[in-house]
Amino acid sequence: MNPRILSATVGRILRQLRHDRRTVALLVVVPTVLLTLVYYMYNDQPTPPGQPSAFDQIALVMLGFFPFIIMFLVTSIAMLRERTTGTLERLLTTPLAKADLLFGYGIAFGLAGAVQAGVASAVAYWVFGLNTAGSSGLVIMIAVLNAVLAVALGLLCSAFARTEFQAVQFMPVVVAPQLLLCGLFVPRDQMAGWLQAISDVLPLSYAVEALQEVGAHTEPTATMWRDVVVVAGAAVLALLLAAATLRRRSS
Amino acid sequence: MGDAIAVRGLVVNRGGRRVLDGIDAAVPRGSVTGLLGPSGSGKTTLMRAVVGVQVIAAGTVTVLGQPAGAAQLRHRIGYLTQAPSVYADLTVRENAHYFAALHGRGRAEADRAVADVGLADAAHQLVGTLSGGQRSRASLACALVGEPELVVLDEPTVGQDPVLRADLWARFHELAAAGTTLLVSSHVMDEAARCDRLLLIREGRLVADDTPDAIRAAAGVDDLDEAFLRLIRAGESGPAGREAS
Ligand SMILES: Nc1ncnc2c1ncn2[C@@H]1O[C@H](COP(=O)(O)OP(=O)(O)O)[C@@H](O)[C@H]1O
Ligand SMILES: [Mg+2]
Repeated sequence: MNPRILSATVGRILRQLRHDRRTVALLVVVPTVLLTLVYYMYNDQPTPPGQPSAFDQIALVMLGFFPFIIMFLVTSIAMLRERTTGTLERLLTTPLAKADLLFGYGIAFGLAGAVQAGVASAVAYWVFGLNTAGSSGLVIMIAVLNAVLAVALGLLCSAFARTEFQAVQFMPVVVAPQLLLCGLFVPRDQMAGWLQAISDVLPLSYAVEALQEVGAHTEPTATMWRDVVVVAGAAVLALLLAAATLRRRSS
Repeated sequence: MGDAIAVRGLVVNRGGRRVLDGIDAAVPRGSVTGLLGPSGSGKTTLMRAVVGVQVIAAGTVTVLGQPAGAAQLRHRIGYLTQAPSVYADLTVRENAHYFAALHGRGRAEADRAVADVGLADAAHQLVGTLSGGQRSRASLACALVGEPELVVLDEPTVGQDPVLRADLWARFHELAAAGTTLLVSSHVMDEAARCDRLLLIREGRLVADDTPDAIRAAAGVDDLDEAFLRLIRAGESGPAGREAS
């Protein structure tokens, strides 16, 4: 890796994003709209005494979902375009190292995810009165980690798509099971054993558990840190696999 | 000083077919060498082998004294892919700045490369809004911006108007005069006369490797198009001809 090349690559990816005003607007506005929706959906639901309200539970986890879903999509399409328009082939004939490109995407879209998580969290806490025992900073940190994980998975999955249509199809394949089994809809310890086993190997389950820990405890817990490490480890693993799919020579 | 490119017994298979079938060729330094041949003859594949992105089945490709694809070579070569490979959602200038940065060059050099391909007026335009010819010149600027020792250009003049085409060829010769080696592919024969040397390729085999004058003399005609036709016919009916079997 080379710092000059890495920073040029991060700048280039962010510049591409900046030219796409509509995507930037959607990145920032959509989470707010969906949070509003959830707020009014659960506004009139009674809260059992001593428990967090349904909105608090759901909104907290949604703050982790947004960057995960969106950054996965954005990354897999962006990387697929690099492959199909020939820019990847050209980049691989330049002094750019594979790590410069992969980390370039990780950093650029991680930053975009941070902006998204920051805006969505601000709205959730200040407009809708989201309540978490732990700090909002930890919530944002976990959301950004989710963005980085999603970028890594997106880089990996783009290698298995030939067209943008196919790349979009990876979203239900990769993202939907993680959303369903992460413990938001049915608590993980109430799932059938085999579902729990699947849930145990899906990184988003750990991200959601980490967020729930922040929701329930004033201080960061050991479980939360372990979950954070697991998610970060999954991101690194996905990046390494993505690097293995990037071949300078092709047939 | 050795040749800039030396290809020995190169065999490449793509999609289960033999695409290059035992190519032997050399490209001298500081010259413009044309790689001519009909569409589908293997020009792009040969160029990919030279820049080190093509999996090869047999043979060797030596570039600037090192095996093609060596990491140290990536500072020293510039590659223009056949389809313009620039970012459509960046401006011409932003594209040039990025590729300049990859080669350790600054913005001034990038802006000069953009002006050199006649795009100074369109520098702030998004590449996605350019015409086809402009887009391929934007791509060319990004291949030349690192001032590489070896420039591999895959059909750089397709879709350019005649005046621009003449300008680009003049630019290629300027670069060669300054010591750069250029390998330029084309499927239109009228560009052959502009090259110092020619490699003629057909169905994955090299038909000729010589100067335009020597090729004219060998075929006994002045027109290069006609000369190539005769060389191909001679190859087919001669003892080395494959189609005869
Ligand atoms: N990605 C590929 N997979 C399989 N076959 C290919 C691929 N690219 C090119 N070919 C085949 O290789 C041959 C040579 O192609 P190419 O090198 O692109 O020729 P040219 O550049 O002279 O038009 C053609 O028959 C083409 O169909
Ligand atoms: Mg070609």
